[in-house]
Amino acid sequence: MAEQASALGSAATPSRRRVDTLAALLHEPKVIGGGGFILFLVLAALLAPLISPHDPLEQDLMSGALPPVGFAGAQAGFPIGTDDLGRDVLSRLIYGTRVALTVAFVAATLAAVLGTALGLLAGYFGKLTDGVISRLIEIWMAFPPVLLSILIVAIMGAGVASVITAIAIIDWTRFARVVRAETMAQAKADYVTAARVIGFSRFTILLREILPNIAPLLVALLTLEMGIAVIVEAILSFVGLSVSSDTPTWGGMIAQGRQTIYQAWWVFAAPLAALFATVLAFNQLGDGLRRALDPAMRR
Amino acid sequence: MIASILLKRLGMAAVTLFGVAIIVFLLLRVVPGDPIAMMIGPGAGANEIADLRARYGLDQPFIDQFGIWLSGILHGDFGTSISLHRNVLGLLMERLPATLELALAALLVAVSLGLALAVIGTLLRRSPGGSLLDAMNGLALAVPDFVWALAFVLVLGVLWPIFPLSGRMDPTLSIPFHTNFHLLESLVTFRFGIATDIAAHMVMPTLALALPLAAVIARILKEALCAAMLEDYVLVARVKGLTEARLVVGEALRNAVGPTLALTGVQFTFLFGGTVIVERIFAYPGIGNMAIDAVINRDQPLIQGLVLAFGALFILVNLAVDISVVALNPRLEDG
Amino acid sequence: MSAELLRITHLSAVSRASRLPVLRDVSLEVGRAEVHGLVGESGAGKSTIAKAVLGILPQGISLTKGSIALGGRDLLALGSHERRRLLGAEVALIPQDPLTALNPGRRIEAQLTDGLVLWRGLSRRDAKRRALALLNEVQMREPERVLRAFPHELSGGMRQRVLIAAAFALEPTLIIADEPTTALDVTVQKQILRLIRAMQARHGTGVVFVTHDLGVVAQICDRATLLYMGKVMEEGSVEELLSSPHHPYTKALMAACPRYDRPGRGLEPIPEAVLAACRNEVAAFDGSLAND
Repeated sequence: MAEQASALGSAATPSRRRVDTLAALLHEPKVIGGGGFILFLVLAALLAPLISPHDPLEQDLMSGALPPVGFAGAQAGFPIGTDDLGRDVLSRLIYGTRVALTVAFVAATLAAVLGTALGLLAGYFGKLTDGVISRLIEIWMAFPPVLLSILIVAIMGAGVASVITAIAIIDWTRFARVVRAETMAQAKADYVTAARVIGFSRFTILLREILPNIAPLLVALLTLEMGIAVIVEAILSFVGLSVSSDTPTWGGMIAQGRQTIYQAWWVFAAPLAALFATVLAFNQLGDGLRRALDPAMRR
Repeated sequence: MIASILLKRLGMAAVTLFGVAIIVFLLLRVVPGDPIAMMIGPGAGANEIADLRARYGLDQPFIDQFGIWLSGILHGDFGTSISLHRNVLGLLMERLPATLELALAALLVAVSLGLALAVIGTLLRRSPGGSLLDAMNGLALAVPDFVWALAFVLVLGVLWPIFPLSGRMDPTLSIPFHTNFHLLESLVTFRFGIATDIAAHMVMPTLALALPLAAVIARILKEALCAAMLEDYVLVARVKGLTEARLVVGEALRNAVGPTLALTGVQFTFLFGGTVIVERIFAYPGIGNMAIDAVINRDQPLIQGLVLAFGALFILVNLAVDISVVALNPRLEDG
Repeated sequence: MSAELLRITHLSAVSRASRLPVLRDVSLEVGRAEVHGLVGESGAGKSTIAKAVLGILPQGISLTKGSIALGGRDLLALGSHERRRLLGAEVALIPQDPLTALNPGRRIEAQLTDGLVLWRGLSRRDAKRRALALLNEVQMREPERVLRAFPHELSGGMRQRVLIAAAFALEPTLIIADEPTTALDVTVQKQILRLIRAMQARHGTGVVFVTHDLGVVAQICDRATLLYMGKVMEEGSVEELLSSPHHPYTKALMAACPRYDRPGRGLEPIPEAVLAACRNEVAAFDGSLAND
């Protein structure tokens, strides 16, 4: 049995490996920085009703278009100012994290699951399976992603579900391509041949052997995908096709802010900055994770 | 060798395009929201609706509709736009040049900028300046074209207005053009005043599209250059007394470009995809901008035509990249 | 005006990472038209000396002591621009691996004419003519075709000939040959060695021949320096070294070579006793340094 275990290449002490990995993760600055910011956003989203100074939908036409604190005419109650309808920018920003993060986590995961499944199948079984899936990937990539997402949301109607579906349907190719390449490389490895000789079924090998080896790569791609999902959601709400216009979204705020950009530029700038910071955080997190989890790159 | 690649890829391209056509056709038939009902005002009679429906062929079964549409395509007839009431092919031809000029300009900027940054980064690779450049590049990699575009709107359009925020040309200038390649035509006919105006309108959308690609090219090319600089032939060239700059550009670069192109080539196609939102933000009259409206209006013929157009562009760019990769590597050419 | 071409005095170097010495007080001289063998096993330091002369020491190794004088001029004291100019025009390298030493993306003509255009100021056309003459000199068939070719179109032997031609192109006073036959088939090795010797004689160039192969030393070198662990064990004319070596390491090396005139004897590895003695010698040297 012991020979089988070592032939399969699994760690003899998986718990030890996990502890090492966790330690490496927590020492990587990019993971701390990016992950920390995302955590902060998650907290903001969860605690939104508690920490927002105002109701994000509340209009107060008497306090319209107030600049952020630090500029002439600002009021302390509205730290980042208000839009032309008197809605507090900060509160809307905080509530906007809810949509952004929901879409990010769910859509990215769905895309990952779908793409990884297809990539694994294509990479491991090859021949016809690979041929069909590769053709599908190529056809799918020929669609401009933004256009396709707009199309899908238009078909399914506005709402978080359609946005999530659209992102998952469009971006699975990103995972599929990478997973397919990695799987093909791994499938040639000796430990896989050994497992076949021992008699494990192909599916078992796929799930038990190859998938864990691809896991670090997947995690990095997943965080990258989350950043992309946030952007796509922002684009969709910018174009007016995301959730209903009542719910504050960063993209929606940017679109509205654009109308009054000369008079109240902060309504445009604040959500844009939030968007940029979030995407950057996901990006750094993914970079850091890749570095910490890839044994080859670890110092 | 190149010819056989070309042929094989063209064959695959046809299949891909066919697949695209089928998928978009099917997707659109699932669309709720009747384009006909959107065109006609309320209170229209059932007969009028039925007539219009028949005119656009929407009353027939899917297979027939697809067959009709497909044979139409092969004869150059892309149908009529339901929302704009004009021939789809004509609309595409009208708007495509603007997008092509934008995408090509973005490609040029991206490649030049990426190349320059990669070479400088390689020359500085052992100094703190190089590390700084690397860090900035890393930041730039995280910013998508959408965010660049909006940032430019804010900074260069509003806070320090240097460039115009929308459109392709100053509307007060009305010089007749023969083609829709306004920039190229005005350059070729020496109307530099007009060319400058068009270029000024293109600056922000071009940069928004180009910068993400430039960051990717800079990162990958620099890695390839640094790897090449470790090769024996660079050492031998260094012994000949060549300067560092000459080593990077004269010896390493030609061997680094091929692999870089192979890795980044697929991103060139993202330039076209990016035009959809970038053109919208800057109200630039290309096919990207038109596409958004077409979807919102459920304009099936127009959407189909646009998707095919984008698909064809995607395939062409891929083809060009594949051919270039082979052409750049003298070893591959001999087969 | 000193008689010798290259004089290395008390050259010492350490590895930055391990702080261990790589070269221990190496001194040697190479005459104007002399072929001087730099002999030793892997890690003995011979490549390091060659790289130090050429100015291409890797980042991890630094020189701690000593000087390198080319034609009387101290190389280590020159500014980088001056050094580049001097080395580019007066010193050339015949590299070890012809597969990787040529730029796969450039045609042979370009790689042969680089130095000629840069340091001798030749026009492209004159440089090409000179390149053709050189290819004829190294007995290359169809030199015109070779000029237009890319490296991957040539065989290993042909590529090495191109590298030799490139080395002699600027009529340098010194050529460093870094084990140029190691990567070649045995049948080709002899031809290449003969070629190098013939060209060296014709052009009157001094050659430092880095090798681990005593057979090569016997065939082509006038004098030789033997290294072990970065320290000079013995040096002298090849005749002397072969017929009457002094140092036990040299003797053991000679004995380890298979020879036609001793068919009965097998390959004899260097006795551990000899190696131990050498290590002691080195340790004693290091100790004497510490006491200074």
